[in-house]
Amino acid sequence: MGLDFTVIPKYLDIVLLGGLWTIGITVAAALLSFFGGILFAVIALYAPAMIRWPFKVVEFVFMGTPLLLQLFLIYFGLVQIGVDLPAFVAGVIGLGLHFAVYNSELIQTAILSVDKGQMEAARTVGLSRSQALRKVVVPQAVRAVIPPIGNNMIALLKDSALVSVIGVSELTLSAQRAIGATYRPFEFYLLAAAFYYVINLCMEWVQRRIERRISLSR
Amino acid sequence: MSDNPEFVQIRHAQKSFGKLEVLKDISLNVARGQIVAIIGPSGSGKSTLLRAINDLDPLTGGEVWLDGTQVNKSLPHRQYEKHINAMRQDIGMVFQHFNLFPHLTARENVTMAPKLLKGLSDREADALAEEQLDKVGMLERIDYYPSQLSGGQKQRVAIARALAMKPKLMLFDEATSALDPELVDEVNQVMKKLAEEHITMIIVTHEMDFAAAVCDRVLFMDQGVVVEEGPPWVIFRNPKKERTRAFLRKHLENAP
Repeated sequence: MGLDFTVIPKYLDIVLLGGLWTIGITVAAALLSFFGGILFAVIALYAPAMIRWPFKVVEFVFMGTPLLLQLFLIYFGLVQIGVDLPAFVAGVIGLGLHFAVYNSELIQTAILSVDKGQMEAARTVGLSRSQALRKVVVPQAVRAVIPPIGNNMIALLKDSALVSVIGVSELTLSAQRAIGATYRPFEFYLLAAAFYYVINLCMEWVQRRIERRISLSR
Repeated sequence: MSDNPEFVQIRHAQKSFGKLEVLKDISLNVARGQIVAIIGPSGSGKSTLLRAINDLDPLTGGEVWLDGTQVNKSLPHRQYEKHINAMRQDIGMVFQHFNLFPHLTARENVTMAPKLLKGLSDREADALAEEQLDKVGMLERIDYYPSQLSGGQKQRVAIARALAMKPKLMLFDEATSALDPELVDEVNQVMKKLAEEHITMIIVTHEMDFAAAVCDRVLFMDQGVVVEEGPPWVIFRNPKKERTRAFLRKHLENAP
């Protein structure tokens, strides 16, 4: 049984739709992980101990356990305590928070490496500590870590395949469905891989545009 | 111009880091409109004293007053933060390393605090930026980022940023020390211009010529104390203390 790509057109719409879901979940989770990462970083560095320590525990859970398990917990586990999330939402939250923790690590390091003269200069014109963080320190830190955050976002795209296990019809699950109907795994997995690759290229392009627009060394 | 001889008052300023005493009971009055230079060897405490005035380096003892209000009041933490933020709006500061905000243009560097703290509209803020950047000769570079400017240009923008809050007092912490020699003059020219406008200034500097030309009073500090103070023609031409003479011999060509 050789390769036969002629089966693809008939199921292309299913896989395309899956691709759109993958893009949707990736973009939503990426935004959550970005802004969540900033929030987590500020909490980790500046919040009073009472907030910081419980937060550290949550951070440890998200960093130290498999994403797959986290998705199961959020989707299947939370139902037991009455939180019944749609699969898409559960997937976005799981992926978003998981990568928010990684982004937070990057942003924390970047915040600490912003020259302390920046905080001083902001304070001397009368800004409060939180205004100085918001307007001066954090924007610089975030700019400095756009490239590594971009890498995290590409990892996020690839890990978005995991949300297929909680039934989101994204790219991988859609490919599997097409395979179920045609018994042509090689063709459809290749097709899905090509889609991931194209989305990946688009993300890299967006990242480069952002970098060029906000880079500190123009 | 000295309608208020106690415009800035430092009373018994004392500062220690552990056992190291960097400021030992320093008192100083600066009149409104006066320009005071603080000179002295590195490690003498002059920058620490300057940074105590706006509480960047809090004193361990003593008081700082500006225009009838105590800067380093003892208040509960929250109230103190509010108080000090308000006080700092009245105290402009210029740093050795400029500390411009690199992610903002010259215009945005100048307008950020006035917009945020005084609620200026975009149009008012733009007019303010143009006015202040024109004053320091940087109007043509208004939409440049700091990385596109030379050191002297950065420092001029930093001065405009401080002036934009219309401070009652300007502090200069070795504003020209980090500059290439050929860029020092453009910054000095701006500071001279401010002197002519009778803005009250306290200047920590290594440039004796500039201090002699511009300042009303010179303080010589060494090892945490004010060794000698007086008008520049006395300090630079006829100092009384041997320590002052020794310092000046190293820093002046025609030392007394």
